[in-house]
Amino acid sequence: MTDTVLIDVQDVSRYYGHHCAVNNVSFAVNKGEVVGFLGPNGAGKTTTMKVLTGNLAPSAGSITIAGHDLLDDPKAAKGSIGYLPEQPPLYRELTVDEYLDFCAALNRIPKEKRRDAREAAKEKCGLTSVAHRLISNLSKGYQQRVGIAQAIIHMPPVVILDEPTTGLDPIQIREIRLLIRELGKEHGVILSTHILPEVQATCDRVQIINEGKLVLHDSIDGLEHHLQSASLTVAFRNDVSWSELKNIAGVKKVEQQREGRLRLFYEPDQDPVDEIVSRSAEKNWGLYELRPGRVSLEEIFLHLTTDETSDKEETA
Amino acid sequence: MIFTIAARELRSLFLSPLAWIILAVMNLVFGIVFDIGLAAYVRNPLPEGVTASLVPGLYELAMVLLFFIVPLITMRLFSEERRNQSLALLFSAPVSMTEIVLGKFFAVVAYLLIMVFTLTLMPLSMTIGTQIDFGLLLSNVVGVVLLLASFTAIGLFMSTLTQLPALAAILAFGALFLLWLLKLPAFWFGENAVSYLSIASHYENFLRGVLSTADFVYYIVVIVMFLVFSVRRLEADRLGG
Repeated sequence: MTDTVLIDVQDVSRYYGHHCAVNNVSFAVNKGEVVGFLGPNGAGKTTTMKVLTGNLAPSAGSITIAGHDLLDDPKAAKGSIGYLPEQPPLYRELTVDEYLDFCAALNRIPKEKRRDAREAAKEKCGLTSVAHRLISNLSKGYQQRVGIAQAIIHMPPVVILDEPTTGLDPIQIREIRLLIRELGKEHGVILSTHILPEVQATCDRVQIINEGKLVLHDSIDGLEHHLQSASLTVAFRNDVSWSELKNIAGVKKVEQQREGRLRLFYEPDQDPVDEIVSRSAEKNWGLYELRPGRVSLEEIFLHLTTDETSDKEETA
Repeated sequence: MIFTIAARELRSLFLSPLAWIILAVMNLVFGIVFDIGLAAYVRNPLPEGVTASLVPGLYELAMVLLFFIVPLITMRLFSEERRNQSLALLFSAPVSMTEIVLGKFFAVVAYLLIMVFTLTLMPLSMTIGTQIDFGLLLSNVVGVVLLLASFTAIGLFMSTLTQLPALAAILAFGALFLLWLLKLPAFWFGENAVSYLSIASHYENFLRGVLSTADFVYYIVVIVMFLVFSVRRLEADRLGG
């Protein structure tokens, strides 16, 4: 991973009337990175993407794309972006080839290189077999791919994809994810989604946005760290009183789970596993299951997006 | 870039049956009217000559038909793209708003020029049998080109206002009709400032064979004004959301 900053967003806000859709968001995306943009519906994901691609003007703040300021030098900045909106911007009456030719020309690819650019984009998105078909006759999955082909045809340094896998079947989703990973090698990619596993599968870094504010900005590894939070799932054959479990050094909380399992939360630096095993042997608790708990991404997500005050430390 | 956008727009236009049918119907109407006029002239020749008795009537008819067909062609320019959300493609490409507007404008003008071309072939066909007044014909052609360009600019602006093509068409038709109506007061009060603003009263000079700078300026101002309005409207979209 190199440290070339491709997207630099500084204090960007966007208001719709009095409603603040994006509130003072700053972040940067480097070359060779796939950044996942997560958030519940109406969190400001799409607005942020529209602002980044010049479809909406920011109310405040500055955006630099591949060294060009989006407001001062919009043509150069927009030339460095490929954008797939939520709804692929297709002309349904054209064939795939005609449409991609138009996109190539629109992105100022010199005439003699357009053919190669089109073929390369089709190749990457698996569109070669449908090149001569009308876009309106293609399935949703293929239309989505045409949308992606359109975004990468001019090999932009930055690719911005707004929910690229909606409406696709599982096989197509996997292919698109592979494609995104592939793109992430040469381009900087921003991907917005509300599907959490997608982020884990494709992204290097994740940003969670809620009510227009960035509430988490971390690498996937850092997120994994969040995920392996301090909890254990245990199951005993015999009844164990909760107070006894709580007495074990480090254990903060005990929770009942399905099928007699218990979930223990502990202080991160005091792992009680050894203590539990030895006590179980001592007192004949009949321990038959013991595994490290994983907080799901959903739980972090819910935690971050429903509780505003406690996440301030984690944002740092 | 303007050419790229115009070419795409023109291609899409001809991929729909609407464009072909409008061309066909227009040519049929022009042909019938021209034929009847010609037959009437042959039976009863007027002193002012064949060009003056046939051509202005034909081009005046063109204006009346343009009132109806320009809104039909321009209605989809922006409203349909807005509804399909395909405008994002143009907005995020390295092209300016002016280029987008001009591209679409020239596409429709080019389409309507095809109609003017086939229309003009009719009086030109008379050169086989007789001599015609090329000056008067040229004046009529210049007039109709300016007229259709200003109609297009107005229709294009109306289509930036709404997502519904039908609404854009009605707005455009209403605006064109109002601009034409402005000449009505002249019937009772004589030529005045209001009737001077009418889009039709300037066209009449061209029909009579009078090329005046004032009429040119009038149409150029209308075209530029509505194109600037359209660019402004689209920019406002970006700013206001």
